[in-house]
Amino acid sequence: MSILVIAEHDNQTLNSATLHVVAAAQQIGGEVTVLVAGQNVHAVAEQAQHVAGVGRVLAADQAVYAHHLAENLSALVVDLANGYTHILAPSTTTGKNVLPRVAALLDVSMVTDIIAVNAANTFKRAIYAGNAIATVQSEERIILATVRTTAFDAVAAEGGSAQIETIDLAKDAGVSQFVTEEIIKTDRPELSAARVVVSGGRGVGSGENYHQVLDPLADKLGAALGASRAAVDAGFVPNDMQVGQTGKIVAPDLYIAAGISGAIQHLAGMKDSKVIVAINKDEEAPINAVADYWLVGDLNDVVPELVSKI
Amino acid sequence: MKALVAVKRVVDANVKVRIKPDHSGVDLTNVKMSINPFCEIAVEEAVRLKEKGIVSEIVIVAVGPKEAQEQLRSSMALGGDRSILVETNHDDLGALEVAKILKGIALEEKPDLILLGKQAIDDESNQVGQMLSALLGSGQATFASEITVNGDKVQVIREIDGGLQTIELTQPAVITADLRLNEPRYVKLPDIMKARKKPLDVKTPADYQVTVATKLKTIAVENPPERQAGIRVNSVDELVDKLKNEAKVI
Repeated sequence: MSILVIAEHDNQTLNSATLHVVAAAQQIGGEVTVLVAGQNVHAVAEQAQHVAGVGRVLAADQAVYAHHLAENLSALVVDLANGYTHILAPSTTTGKNVLPRVAALLDVSMVTDIIAVNAANTFKRAIYAGNAIATVQSEERIILATVRTTAFDAVAAEGGSAQIETIDLAKDAGVSQFVTEEIIKTDRPELSAARVVVSGGRGVGSGENYHQVLDPLADKLGAALGASRAAVDAGFVPNDMQVGQTGKIVAPDLYIAAGISGAIQHLAGMKDSKVIVAINKDEEAPINAVADYWLVGDLNDVVPELVSKI
Repeated sequence: MKALVAVKRVVDANVKVRIKPDHSGVDLTNVKMSINPFCEIAVEEAVRLKEKGIVSEIVIVAVGPKEAQEQLRSSMALGGDRSILVETNHDDLGALEVAKILKGIALEEKPDLILLGKQAIDDESNQVGQMLSALLGSGQATFASEITVNGDKVQVIREIDGGLQTIELTQPAVITADLRLNEPRYVKLPDIMKARKKPLDVKTPADYQVTVATKLKTIAVENPPERQAGIRVNSVDELVDKLKNEAKVI
């Protein structure tokens, strides 16, 4: 077994999502190679080299990979694919963008968002907004899968001592161009990796109120802030904060849902959290059925009181 | 400019699905079916581009059972001009096979823009658009929240982890719609009547030399682990106490 993991990074820092994918690769078993493709990625390759369980790092340092355009990156991966039994990537927007393209170019089917490894070719994944768990078996000659990062504990970022090999391939498909990027800067922990998540829904009323009420609680708990689709669509917060089937999947130790009713599509993104707390005015809100602790009350009173008592 | 839009018939988003007792799949008998919400957004976008005078013809395509004609009719009621149904009763049609069929249609129709939803809410694969783009050798823009056509280029704002990214593609381009691309309109009764008269061709996968046999086998479908019923707490003090001493998470 020989596994290629496509690293997630921003050309400077290795994203922790990669550590979760290496963990999934270890469950499959076999030698793990990490591909770091980007521009000026020397630092990222060095970080990947020290990740526990990594046997080899391939560094493709080319301007054409700077923004991980799917057309260019997939062509590179296809060129390297020979000899690997598995190619894995995290279920991030980059992984989801690139890997199906690689699969089609290799003429193989792929598995999206695996949550468990049963055998080297058998995996579990969630379907129907997390309301069913499918066990799928791949009979392809090479197995491609994206990995749900919250379903696998990260391997240690230190302890490995892999060799770095430079890949001298610059694949430019010439059909797409990067124009610009707008990344929302935050000092809070990353949503999909946070230990505690505080989320607000339509019930918070406005963007101003969202931050006035929920920021102090997140500050106190060192939590990431999340939101339901209703809160995003109403313009309270930007869309990268959305938790759910169509947003981010989170599984923190503690998830506090304030003013969120608990639509199927939201539950799909957070119901694997260890402890769920719901604060809602509505006694009948569906979120209460999945919450470990639920409190009926006005979040504008309850949340500040909670902040003062933690 | 011609736009091709792919739509899928799926279980309605508001239905709570039941697993079959033999764990072979999800029970879809007598369950409300609808157009996949992301596909509806893709259709709406094509219609808006037509209303702006950018797109001249919208061809809607579905791969699926005979009943998917309903979703094609409703897509034409939204503003599609004609439809193609590639009829197959194969239950485990994979994303790769669908992409190959769509490739066959794209080579025949020669669209400038191909729009799809970013994922279907039943299998949640999030693969078909990317695979189709790969097979055509075209550019792809997944998770689109804004589309601007500039001559023979198309600029797309994509929703990525951490924010937004803008890319520019050469046509023909494959674009998959995210939720925030637009809000689909309500269909009016006269439009439904008109859609009944619009052309709908029926084809088979064999017409595009595609064998529908995925190499991904579903071995079992089960219910997810159930959460234990929770406790209603009556005060913030009680909540803090539970979180500290019972759940030990703060």
